[in-house]
Amino acid sequence: MDGVTDFLLELRSEEIPARMQDKAREDLARLFAAELDKAGLKAAELVTYATPRRLALIARDLPAETQAVSEELKGPPADAPDAAIEGFLRKAGLTRDALQTREVKGRATLFAVIDKPGRATADVLAEVIPTIIRAFPWPKSMRWGDASISTESLRWVRPLQGIIALFGDDVVPCAIAGVESGAATVGHRFHHPGVITIGSAADYVEKLRACHVIVDQNERRATIALGAKMAANMAGLTLIEDEGLVSENAGLTEWPVPLLGRFDEAFLDVPPEVIQLTARVNQKYFVCRDAGGSLANAFVCTANIDAADGGERIVEGNRKVLAARLSDARFFYETDLKVPLADQATKLEKIVFHEKLGTVADKVDRVAKLARWLAEEGIVKGADPELAERAARLAKADLVTGMVGEFPELQGLMGGYYAAAQGEPAEVAEAIRDHYKPVGQGDDVPTAPVTVAVSLADKLDSITQFFGADLKPSGSKDPFALRRSALGILALILDNGLRFPLSRTANNDVLDFFADRLKVQQREAGVRHDLIDAVFALGGEDDLVRLLARVKALQSFVGTEDGANLLAGYKRAANILKKESYQADTAPFEADYRREQAEAALVTALDAAEPASAKAIANEDFEAAMAALATLRAPIDSFFDQVTVNDADPAKRAGRLALLARVRAAVHGVADFSRIEG
Amino acid sequence: MILRLHSYWGARGCAILQPYDMRMGAGTFHPATTLRALGPDPWNAAFVQPSRRPTDGRYGENPNRLQHYYQYQVILKPSPPDLQELYLGSLAAIGIDFTRHDIRFVEDDWESPTLGAWGLGWEVWCDGMEVTQFTYFQQMGGFDCKPVAGELTYGLERLAMYIQNVDNVYDLRFNDAGVSYGDVFLENERQMSTWNFEVADTDTLFDLFRKAAAECENCLAAKLPIPAYEQAIEASHIFNLLNARGVISVAERQAYIGRVRDLAKGACTAYMEKNGWMA
Repeated sequence: MDGVTDFLLELRSEEIPARMQDKAREDLARLFAAELDKAGLKAAELVTYATPRRLALIARDLPAETQAVSEELKGPPADAPDAAIEGFLRKAGLTRDALQTREVKGRATLFAVIDKPGRATADVLAEVIPTIIRAFPWPKSMRWGDASISTESLRWVRPLQGIIALFGDDVVPCAIAGVESGAATVGHRFHHPGVITIGSAADYVEKLRACHVIVDQNERRATIALGAKMAANMAGLTLIEDEGLVSENAGLTEWPVPLLGRFDEAFLDVPPEVIQLTARVNQKYFVCRDAGGSLANAFVCTANIDAADGGERIVEGNRKVLAARLSDARFFYETDLKVPLADQATKLEKIVFHEKLGTVADKVDRVAKLARWLAEEGIVKGADPELAERAARLAKADLVTGMVGEFPELQGLMGGYYAAAQGEPAEVAEAIRDHYKPVGQGDDVPTAPVTVAVSLADKLDSITQFFGADLKPSGSKDPFALRRSALGILALILDNGLRFPLSRTANNDVLDFFADRLKVQQREAGVRHDLIDAVFALGGEDDLVRLLARVKALQSFVGTEDGANLLAGYKRAANILKKESYQADTAPFEADYRREQAEAALVTALDAAEPASAKAIANEDFEAAMAALATLRAPIDSFFDQVTVNDADPAKRAGRLALLARVRAAVHGVADFSRIEG
Repeated sequence: MILRLHSYWGARGCAILQPYDMRMGAGTFHPATTLRALGPDPWNAAFVQPSRRPTDGRYGENPNRLQHYYQYQVILKPSPPDLQELYLGSLAAIGIDFTRHDIRFVEDDWESPTLGAWGLGWEVWCDGMEVTQFTYFQQMGGFDCKPVAGELTYGLERLAMYIQNVDNVYDLRFNDAGVSYGDVFLENERQMSTWNFEVADTDTLFDLFRKAAAECENCLAAKLPIPAYEQAIEASHIFNLLNARGVISVAERQAYIGRVRDLAKGACTAYMEKNGWMA
């Protein structure tokens, strides 16, 4: 296109937190597009970049001017009172002689035509830039410098240092909070601390690259991901990949250089998860596995500089820091190991679980009893009640250990380590370790019986307690993550095939909550929600394993030709009954007329299918129940083909309606087909 | 190193002060920082402040964690526009070579619940080690900073470890006559860790806390913000000791922090009033 120009904006500041950079790019593009739109401008493309020290935007193919627009305002009739006309003139900003008069519905009416000429895009941009800066939604912002004598001074994420605003190769002049726009920026803080001048959007990225700044965050990410992998490979190790770390390091560097270092092997006595977490959270290092798959005594840090000595001193410095961190982790680990978990557990009496629900110790007591009951009742088969109770009593004890105090995300895991080291049975240690699982969709679902009992008891307790205190989730609010707990319970029950009538521990409120969650969960797993509804509508079912088996049998049945036709026949029967407002007769109906052949055949089929289906359902053989229903399909079809329900003879009519009601009841023995769509 | 920092910041207009003679958790508690961050008057100062953090004690067994260590603190109000460059200049002045070390500004927002204060800034990393806390104060004692002060807090031991290239803080050379940091402080760390974690009499501490709080109120009633602030510092340190002794429950913890904050805020309010800066 002719006459279009690219625009470059760079907002340079002191270091922007890594975690805010992606959102800042999105916000910049969004605000910029919105402001341009107000002026009737649109860029062919918006590209955004973020580094620790700059937030940049390139808008491609902007016209030199905005479109001229002509706006027309309809005014009062030409013979309207003077006051009305004067009011209109004020509104239009014109004088009387500039108005036009036109005929509208036979009446002379005044019109104002206001021509708005196109504006230079550069002028629009000069206004847009300060507007965006003032409106920028940083999650946290600050004041600084002399201007901060007033609390009204400009707020930015960190002090704003410079603005590049280039439309083509011309500076768009604007100023905000004492910072004037220009064409100058700075390169890498240490490699190229001097000022550099940018020519236009076209040379921005490359000029910065020449000054050791990779402005494109995706390129820095790729450099880090690849460089870290290669550094590990060169040392004969495999990098444990971590996308979050890649992004974070890309947000901390303008010239990323991954470097591999080693730490003292003696630290490998500390659990590998602790080492990995310490390295990742505190130091933002990657860690590696050795050829055998175990955690290696190596880390990869990402420097922001090509050091003169190849990074030797940087690696050495980072090694020391990691050694101090690991030494601290080992201090916590060894200190914690000395205190039996049972002793730690007594400290839970001082920790409030929820103000309405007592202390964590109270919760532990309830969970221990429930876990024991689940084992004793045989609901969780193969779980030793003693071990289930023991595990539950120790499961939360690691919350008061030094290590979990330092790294809350290690809850459970550390308890498992401590329990094993302190000679608890393996099942108990495993249950402590895994009792928070499954934490979300896709997380491993425990299968070890003792673990299942504790995990189930913990989650059931939370749900029943919070519901009991009227702290239910509502709308988007679920502060105690009860929906996640419910999904965890469903996964535990279904994956382990637990025969657990939920009504034994849950009231109707809680059961409805589970039903809702089950629908959500099964819908995501590809089960038709109408089929779930069809089975739920039968009522009285609180055994989820049985319920889902029935739903699954139903889903495969309605997918067959027999199923589809039976559904059609059922719907026809149900519609007729509904139309006739048929009330089911409680007394068995004896026909006192001679049945037609198709009618008699249907009766015979029902006589066989009804008990077969009932027996199959009692045996929980839902495929067989469906098969029994399938035998009705042909007789129903023939019945509708050959028999007139609405016979003139009232006896025949009544008899046939009763027969249809029997069909409906037989089908409802398996599922409420009226809920099935299609 | 301290002399070089003094000479660097002294040349840039800072008043070189001496440590405050009270036990406190950080240089930020020094009245030259906390109280002077209030109000409109310009203020530039630099000083060393010994800092005591009872829970950081490791019985002398950790290579860089100490319950007693030294901070070098610089406060510049209003924050100058080239504060980052000034700071980097000070690192160069103490011998950090930017071509061989990796200096980074990593987000670290500062908040002191006991001072009712917060600010935004970074922890400055040198090869992965936090060597300085760099903060633009936004609020102090519950008051908006008008103007904002820039605060730099250097961890002197850690910087010295870099410059001397030693792995363990106790191996630092204290002078050129063979005295090490360990010779000076190792036994102190061992004994103080034991006292902080195991021995300190908690009844006495609870009593001291109450008395410091009462004395603070007494000073406030007499409209004496500086002595009141001293008592707030004292209460804060006693609270830290109680915390190290593990006798403050989670629920009580908030109440104690709130109590110290009220004392500090009271002192700051009195200071503002005394100077006629209350709106």
